[in-house]
Amino acid sequence: MKYFPLVLSNLKRHKLRTILTIMSVALALFLFASLRTVVTQLEISSQLGAANRMIVQNATAFIFPLPQSYSARLAAVPHVTGVTWANWFGGKYGDGKKFFGPFAVDPASYLDMYKNDFIVPEDQKAAFLRERTAVIVGQGLLKAFGWKIGDNITLQGTIFPGDWTFTIRGTYTLKDPAYGDEQFLFHYDYLYEREKDRGVSPGWFILRIDDPAQSGTVAKTIDDQFRNSPAPTKTGTEQSFSAGFMTMFGNIQLLMGTIGMAVVFAILLIAANAMLMNQRERTSEVAVLKTVGFTDRTIFLLVIVEAAVIAISGAVIGLGLAIILPRATNFNAFGFLPDFHVTNGTAMVGAGIALLLSVASGFAPAYQAAKMPVVQALRRVE
Amino acid sequence: MALVEIRDVYKSFRREAQSVDVYTGLSIDFQEGSFTALMGPSGSGKSTLLNLVAGLDKPTSGSVKVGGAEVSAMSTAQLAAWRARTIGFVFQSYNLLPVLTAQQNVELPLLLTNLGKKDRAERVAIALGVVGLADRMDHFPRQLSGGQEQRVSIARAIVADPQLILLDEPTGQLDARSSEEVLTLLQRLNAEFNKTIIVVTHDAKAAERAKVTLHLEKGVLVERQAALEGAST
Repeated sequence: MKYFPLVLSNLKRHKLRTILTIMSVALALFLFASLRTVVTQLEISSQLGAANRMIVQNATAFIFPLPQSYSARLAAVPHVTGVTWANWFGGKYGDGKKFFGPFAVDPASYLDMYKNDFIVPEDQKAAFLRERTAVIVGQGLLKAFGWKIGDNITLQGTIFPGDWTFTIRGTYTLKDPAYGDEQFLFHYDYLYEREKDRGVSPGWFILRIDDPAQSGTVAKTIDDQFRNSPAPTKTGTEQSFSAGFMTMFGNIQLLMGTIGMAVVFAILLIAANAMLMNQRERTSEVAVLKTVGFTDRTIFLLVIVEAAVIAISGAVIGLGLAIILPRATNFNAFGFLPDFHVTNGTAMVGAGIALLLSVASGFAPAYQAAKMPVVQALRRVE
Repeated sequence: MALVEIRDVYKSFRREAQSVDVYTGLSIDFQEGSFTALMGPSGSGKSTLLNLVAGLDKPTSGSVKVGGAEVSAMSTAQLAAWRARTIGFVFQSYNLLPVLTAQQNVELPLLLTNLGKKDRAERVAIALGVVGLADRMDHFPRQLSGGQEQRVSIARAIVADPQLILLDEPTGQLDARSSEEVLTLLQRLNAEFNKTIIVVTHDAKAAERAKVTLHLEKGVLVERQAALEGAST
């Protein structure tokens, strides 16, 4: 501790250089934590879903609908205890800069299907079910647009053009934030009746089964049943559906991970170079310290601690911003990563990288300073 | 009684492919409480002698003892601890750390001791008082004159109360007035505090203040002028 003023004084020697080095470390750790969070959130999203829920989609592609008549036939499949459906609406609000997910759903069966995940107060649920133009909105979306229950909201349809006016009758809270609190759920019938000439039908069905162990059998039964129909199906667990949805982004995990590590490595080189420059400029001072009686070990530790102060300061700023900014800005990657936040695990890995960075960037200059022959250094002095 | 005993010391350097002999069997004693000036032309081995006595360099062969301790046999870590206790070193170009105040520069050797912050501060105040700079404690080196800087470096050399103070051209960069101040200070440290002082100098006026002047040429002691008492070959 008594050496700390010496370390601090050395850091203040080239204030701009020290600040820039700290900021480069901060930027590296900010990017690392943010990119890693994208990866972890994608992993969480790809595992999203209950074990007892299955998704039935068009085998050709997710964007193609399925006939409404499938509903009754799906309900009759052994082990299936519930059926609901939904449709992607694709509307925008205001200037359209804020992306969110409006879904047309079968109100009663949909809320029942997700009763353990989307928590809606009973009175709001009843109000929502009563009114065809009613909508239930996530808390995040209410907050983002400053809406409140009872407001009339007009969306501009993108897939289904025109103005669509809804009345907010309820809001939901989540048990698992990964489901996202920015959904906009309205009556499928409202869409169907207004667009019946376009042949609106469900985008996908959601099933509840009585035994998750039977999901394979159920999937085979359903897909076999519709194999030769005009709209063959592809059935899988909700988790496999989420995972499949995430693969649409390609191998983004590998990309993000590689970029993250490349950034950290580049910054490591910058920090190490700055530390080496510092030490090279201080050859004479190291010689003086040794003459005064400082041991090689103490000199080594002083340089390492200096590197550690830089790395840890950078880490506190970088990781701090990575934690605070998404919360402050309510960032959710246009709704694709609804619960975007730096996990404790990522923060710990970031802290570990900072420690590694301090040792790695400080080791070479520290070793150089410690092993410097004092007479040789003094000759340079005199 | 000899504080420093140098016996049959050989020292050679390798310069590219050639070996350059600095000493070929140098023997010399420095008595406790002596004030010795080492003079001689450049390359005569004056500074190398200081380095050997301070344990900053090792002889090729022979013995260097300070206070009975064989300096040349100590490990690097032992030498560092020993140097902190025993030696005060003053350089020609002061070599104060520019980012530290006078007080912090003088405190450096005390950081290696077990003294608490308060005790360290007291000792630093005393050392700066001895060199007449008690009122410059919070000044950075760039805010001091050359003479003041050198006096701070002398304060740094004496703050841990070492037996032996080694000075390499301490007045080499000072004007006449500052040189006088530094030399008077050295005399005082020798006379009042009984510090053993070895000073390497080209300055005849500086040598006049010493009790003994030794002349080295090509690593050989060629002349000894004893004003009072001190060194013997």
